[in-house]
Amino acid sequence: MAHSGLWGLVTTTFVASFVEFVEALTIVLAMGLTRGWRSALAGVAAAVAGLAAFTVAAGYALATWLPRSVLQFAVGTLLLIFGLQWLRKAIFRSSGLKAQHDEDAEFRARTATARLAGGQRRLGLDWFGFVVSAKGVFLEGVEVVFIVLTFGLAAGDVPAATVAAVSAGLLVVAVGLVASRPLTRVPENTLKYGVGLLLATYGTFWAVEGLGAWHGGGSLSWPGGDWALPAILAGWVTLSRVAVAGFRPARPAVAGQEGQ
Amino acid sequence: MRFLGAFGRFWYDFVIGDDWKIAAAVVAALTLGAIALAAGLPAGAAAPLTGALVAAGFLGALWVDAR
Repeated sequence: MAHSGLWGLVTTTFVASFVEFVEALTIVLAMGLTRGWRSALAGVAAAVAGLAAFTVAAGYALATWLPRSVLQFAVGTLLLIFGLQWLRKAIFRSSGLKAQHDEDAEFRARTATARLAGGQRRLGLDWFGFVVSAKGVFLEGVEVVFIVLTFGLAAGDVPAATVAAVSAGLLVVAVGLVASRPLTRVPENTLKYGVGLLLATYGTFWAVEGLGAWHGGGSLSWPGGDWALPAILAGWVTLSRVAVAGFRPARPAVAGQEGQ
Repeated sequence: MRFLGAFGRFWYDFVIGDDWKIAAAVVAALTLGAIALAAGLPAGAAAPLTGALVAAGFLGALWVDAR
């Protein structure tokens, strides 16, 4: 793979994983501080075990069963849809149609809910803290696994994508241990906008290359080969800035009226 | 059956997300690209054309929601 492709792969998987791990950290911190660290960390361990099994099964299935051009088409299409969902949220947040994601507000809401929840115990664990931690880490982790597998397989370098994601996870855990509070100073909305642009760019590139699977079997070539990637990225940046300017309402959305 | 339903709903929410129109636009654009290729359009023209169709479909989906 060319160096530009490797850097694109590493940057995208690192930043996307970093954002997801920050969100998972908020959930685990909220449970650990209100319901006890033993149950919260047991939830993390259960989620990591589930994610490992999911990664092996999905990775083996994708890498073994699909020819390269069909794989490019399948993962390119999935990445494109997935990336455009991120880009949609970023455009609506930048234009003011959707409130900005606020990690501090998320933490306050989760701790308030945790304090009001009942104290049911199973297997010696506070069940609420365990389940919320496990579910939160698993759901955020599935997004990381999805990006690492699809991106890694389409680019032909799963190990590089894995190293990038693991590095992001370790960095978030280290900073979280030092700070012992949600990482509210991380520019999450900006990072998500950047990841949305990169996922949309690579998704477009691979999905269109994969069209060759239905036309002769081999991958389709973009004019200029890999040099089409900067042009596609420039196209998505331009489109998103035009959309932000065009969709800006007279009154922006209020914080708290938004999803992830 | 309940597990299968929940499994399907999870993946629908995960991939399709808040706006099904984006997925529909992507599938429609790629289908049109495949048809253009089958009709004899050279790959060098079909690739950027399909990319432009994806962008137009995405913008259309945003416009419907932003109205």
